[in-house]
Amino acid sequence: MRAKVVMKRPESLSKVGFTYCPGCHHGIVHRLIAETIDELEIREKTVIVAPVGCAVFAYTFFEIDGTVASHGRAPAVATGMKRARPDRIIFTYQGDGDLAAIGTTETVHAANRGENITVIFINNAVYGMTGGQMAPTTLIGQRTTTTTRGRDPKTAGYPIRVCEMLSQLEGPTYIERVTVDTPQHVMKTKRAIKKAFENQINGDGFSLVEVLSACPTGWGLPPEEAVRWLQENLMEFYPLGVYKDKKSRIKEVGNGRDRSLLKD
Amino acid sequence: MGEKILAKGNEALGEAAIRAGCRYYFGYPITPQNEFTEYMSRRLPEVGGAFLQAESEVSVVNMLYGASCMGVRVMTSTSSPGFSLMQEGISYIAGAELPAVFINVVRGGPGLGDIQPSQGDYLQATKGGGHGDYRLIVLAPSIIQEAIELVILAFNQADKYRTPVEILADGMIGQMMEPVELPEMRSLDKLPEKPWALTGAKGREPNRLTSFDLDPHNLEKMNLRYQAKREKIIANEQRWEETNVEGADILVTAYGTVGRIMKTVIELAKKKSIKVGLFRPITLWPFPYKRLEELSKEADTVLTVELSGGQMLEDVKLAVKDNAKTPFYGRMGGVVPTPEEILKQIEKLVKERGRV
Repeated sequence: MRAKVVMKRPESLSKVGFTYCPGCHHGIVHRLIAETIDELEIREKTVIVAPVGCAVFAYTFFEIDGTVASHGRAPAVATGMKRARPDRIIFTYQGDGDLAAIGTTETVHAANRGENITVIFINNAVYGMTGGQMAPTTLIGQRTTTTTRGRDPKTAGYPIRVCEMLSQLEGPTYIERVTVDTPQHVMKTKRAIKKAFENQINGDGFSLVEVLSACPTGWGLPPEEAVRWLQENLMEFYPLGVYKDKKSRIKEVGNGRDRSLLKD
Repeated sequence: MGEKILAKGNEALGEAAIRAGCRYYFGYPITPQNEFTEYMSRRLPEVGGAFLQAESEVSVVNMLYGASCMGVRVMTSTSSPGFSLMQEGISYIAGAELPAVFINVVRGGPGLGDIQPSQGDYLQATKGGGHGDYRLIVLAPSIIQEAIELVILAFNQADKYRTPVEILADGMIGQMMEPVELPEMRSLDKLPEKPWALTGAKGREPNRLTSFDLDPHNLEKMNLRYQAKREKIIANEQRWEETNVEGADILVTAYGTVGRIMKTVIELAKKKSIKVGLFRPITLWPFPYKRLEELSKEADTVLTVELSGGQMLEDVKLAVKDNAKTPFYGRMGGVVPTPEEILKQIEKLVKERGRV
């Protein structure tokens, strides 16, 4: 009997086992990135800048060169790398605390310079690694270990919509929000990630893909319920869609005039 | 050495860095070192390099981290408050064992302080600054020509030991003009190989550079490696200058700008028949403890003069032990003492000793 390979580990994933919890979406996104790197044949010139957070070990999960930035500084580290070696493909992989709280400055300015890098932004509305504290993207009323009665905007402010905020800048080339709750959305996420890498290869500038992700442990929900919570709450507050695409022929995209184009 | 020119300190240092093979500079405006940043913004594109004005010193240090990961020579210049902001990143650079060169044109502090010359950042420079067990190589020039030579040394040592190196200058060196001789342009082909750099896992296992290991036993191993490097630097890299130390009536220790002022003090003292010896550390870390200890055995008094409340004084006392008295004279907040002022202190000490 001859076996036919229908599925295999992408070459760009290492053999190190993931450290993520059951039902966590990091693993799916990692695989999509690895498949993209394989398909674009850039494994031997791609470098990952991992964050501080649950994905701190991401630099060991990919079979590529990599480092870990200090908390929030990945876009600055990636900037240094890209300026020194413009012919290499540099991507950061960051969570919401890393990218939208402590690293807001680095994110905004790398985007505004149109830095030719790729940013993969995992938004699960909670600090996972440190045990489920409030994140900048935590929803109003959402319970975390530091907002046990639910996030109250009077004392804790409002959730930040990163794609909407960054799409106001002239610098970025491509900004899209996606999710991985269904096979259809997983495929869409793959296309977005691939586009974000292709933009860099073509020298088109800053691309950011925000992936709404489940954190069953941080949310205190079983994996299945976590996906439902993501669909009913996160996707409600954070609409999927393309927020900016300088390369697109549809000029209205991202300028806020036609919200229907921003919807999935 | 190449051509001789009249140059402002900040610009001469910038040109020295480029000739040492540095093509990447990230910076943020802060007085009194802005001419350095401005010079690099003009000059680097001419030599095929890249200049970037970052959004903060926090970003600057992380851009250095990133560029250094790629195996290139990279640097920044800043002044005290900016250097404080960089401490987190410097700790990561030390932990990931990346070469990088920092020029700190020290100004009066603490806090916003002022923009005048100061030596108030000695302890920050030599005893750590950021978190964790690491040291920077700290070089203290006293004239521009020496600063040029130390910039070149800084890049070589950063590569050799895979460590951050700090040049501790002050506004005096940055702002003054002197005739200097610049080195020849170093060919980039002749820079040291860096097989550890993150240039892409082509035909080899992936390179991974971090300051991170959650297993305490592995992290201890990393720390022991840093310590072994530290011992090696201490053994090989101590630098200092001795002037007039044989049979001196009094030995003075001073570094940087004060070391320069002391040369005038020595001449003034000669006219009053006082023989003043000068011990000027050039590496503040590793501090030349052993040589100062030897000299202190022949001395009665080792006076330390600083633009601070007495920071290097702690290292002087560690070296001198009970061999001699260790008085201190310092001015703070950006005030620079005149040679006459220092001479007065010396005369007082020599007179006191006469009474014993």
